[in-house]
Amino acid sequence: MKKVTNVIVAGLGGQGVLKLTDILADVLFHEGYDVKKSEVHGMSQRGGSVSSEIRFGEEIASPMIPEGEADLLVSLDSTQTQINLHRLREGGTVIRPEDEPIGELSNPKCANVLMLGALSRHLDIPEQALLDGIAKFLPAKVLEMNLAAFKLGRKGGLK
Amino acid sequence: MSEKLFLSGNEAIALAAIDAGAHLGCGYPGTPSSEILENVALNGGKAEWAPNEKVALEVAIGASFAGARSFVTMKHVGLNVAADPLFTIACAGASGLVVITADDPGMASSQNEQDNRRYAVAAGVPLLEPSNSQEAYDLFRQAFALSEEFGTLVLFRVTTRVCHSKCVVIRDGSPVTPRPTGYVKDIRNRVMIPAFARVAHRNMRDRLRRLEQRNETGEFSTEKSGTPELGIIVSGISYEHAREAAPEAGMLHLKMTYPAPIELMRNFAAKYQRCLVIEEGDPFLYEQCRIHSIPVEGKPEMFRFGELNVGRVRRIISGAAEDEAPAPAGKPPQLCVGCPHRKSYEVLRDLGCIVAGDIGCYTLGVLPPFSAVDTCVCMGASIPTGLGMRHVLPEKDARRVVSVIGDSTFLHTGINGLVEMVYNRPATGHLLVILDNSTTAMTGLQEHPGTGRKLDHTRTEHRVSIDALVKAAGVDHLDVCDSTLETEKFRSLVQERLASNDLSVIICRRPCILAAAQEKKLREAGK
Repeated sequence: MKKVTNVIVAGLGGQGVLKLTDILADVLFHEGYDVKKSEVHGMSQRGGSVSSEIRFGEEIASPMIPEGEADLLVSLDSTQTQINLHRLREGGTVIRPEDEPIGELSNPKCANVLMLGALSRHLDIPEQALLDGIAKFLPAKVLEMNLAAFKLGRKGGLK
Repeated sequence: MSEKLFLSGNEAIALAAIDAGAHLGCGYPGTPSSEILENVALNGGKAEWAPNEKVALEVAIGASFAGARSFVTMKHVGLNVAADPLFTIACAGASGLVVITADDPGMASSQNEQDNRRYAVAAGVPLLEPSNSQEAYDLFRQAFALSEEFGTLVLFRVTTRVCHSKCVVIRDGSPVTPRPTGYVKDIRNRVMIPAFARVAHRNMRDRLRRLEQRNETGEFSTEKSGTPELGIIVSGISYEHAREAAPEAGMLHLKMTYPAPIELMRNFAAKYQRCLVIEEGDPFLYEQCRIHSIPVEGKPEMFRFGELNVGRVRRIISGAAEDEAPAPAGKPPQLCVGCPHRKSYEVLRDLGCIVAGDIGCYTLGVLPPFSAVDTCVCMGASIPTGLGMRHVLPEKDARRVVSVIGDSTFLHTGINGLVEMVYNRPATGHLLVILDNSTTAMTGLQEHPGTGRKLDHTRTEHRVSIDALVKAAGVDHLDVCDSTLETEKFRSLVQERLASNDLSVIICRRPCILAAAQEKKLREAGK
């Protein structure tokens, strides 16, 4: 079986889950991977649970990660971690908001980009490609603080 | 020209429309279809929001009569609204006309799980089903050519995961300039009086026979051979799940599922010890196989509900019949903090109203802390269902009934209910509250005929006034208030109107907080 990497990002509506996966999927696409990204729009945007999934590798079939096969789970909200754990494979990695330096952010709205930085520690993608991806998806006036948030997440660890 | 893009199914369909030289796309917003027309406009095509799906299809039919390539977008339930023109034009025939139905298995954002593949059979039109963004792009371009070759409307069925999943797409068609249009008189195919319609019906059945023959050639399917133990007949998103769940199995992947290629399926099934039909929703292909005595196995009934995925397809293949563990419940959606509907619902709840509700963000008023919506059936149903209750309830309860509808929904099919309200007036009168937040909020802030902006958010002077429509219908009272800033005024108005035997309409007008932010951005951008 060809190697496929499965990433789930979970959070609540308004936390920027979809923005995070938009950036990451686009970067992976430009890095030359076959990529699929899937999520459910609609009702979930009104403050409810939101999750978005990305699969990448040489060839991807289903856009949805099979149960118990996610390699990485990124949770943007502590209430959303537990309910998504069943989707993780045995030995998979959870990236929890409590373990990341979100408290150091000047603007908590950048938490999603910080978590992208935290996720990037587990992915073999050039840092510059991710920085370029962030610049492509976010407006100029908030770019600097988001790039800083990304770097904070990529460095990782709480003070 | 060929470029490699990363697209959702909806984005891919929009580009296909441009590359096919479509003159006009019409529709009404509905998850998961809404982004198709938005992306047509973003890419320079002509796209319009109609007040409802029936109107959208009729506009597209007119464009087709005039020689254009036209298409319509809607969610699955929208096709119920558009079913009247659909069935007649299916018989009459059409050229360059494609209807997109975006079904929602699992009901991510819908009131039912209907499988619109049934419409293809009921109306008598060919049905195309892509399984990913690339196929959506390729097939949608083909759909116009197919429609023109056979002289039929083509039904193009996508589902939530095809619409919203993103994948790599090779765009290998260059944008085509729409061809010149022109009118050619053809009353036998366009005026469906019985004498002409009887012939049209026979023509339609003949078209379907020829389409089936075409489908038998394998042009709309791919076959992959596999180990002799298992063959799978599959269509739509289920193809992607099945090829992952059973890479060793033989697979017949159908892209035109009606009229189905019966002999192709029969020959395929004969090659395998076991042949399974894997499909989301209704046993649509399975039934077509069984009617023709093709020895296939369907899925157990439990898999009729909800979406399929790789795990569920594996269980269908293994024959697992034990109950599936429900996924842990997430946090339900709710009305936004600052949503103007909040105060309206607080008042209706506190006054003990029986609220006949409708479809939109404001349906979320059913959830705590409001628990203020008592019924919700379909678009526009709030007014007639409220009237029905008023007609038969004892007076004390009849006086508690209020119909609540949003602005976009009112313009969709609420107007008909308003006319009914005036004509068949209940003895206790009635109260209609229009929650006007100046947008189509739930589906992603689309414009509508009352917002003063067109689909691409450019301004228009041609705005339809809800107030003027209501007045013209002939109700006794029309009041406009902002229930957030004037909560007490709204409360006393509701009380007063419910106590009377009058026909009253109160418009609660305050922009959706998300739409207000969008409006600010548009203004900053000089739009």
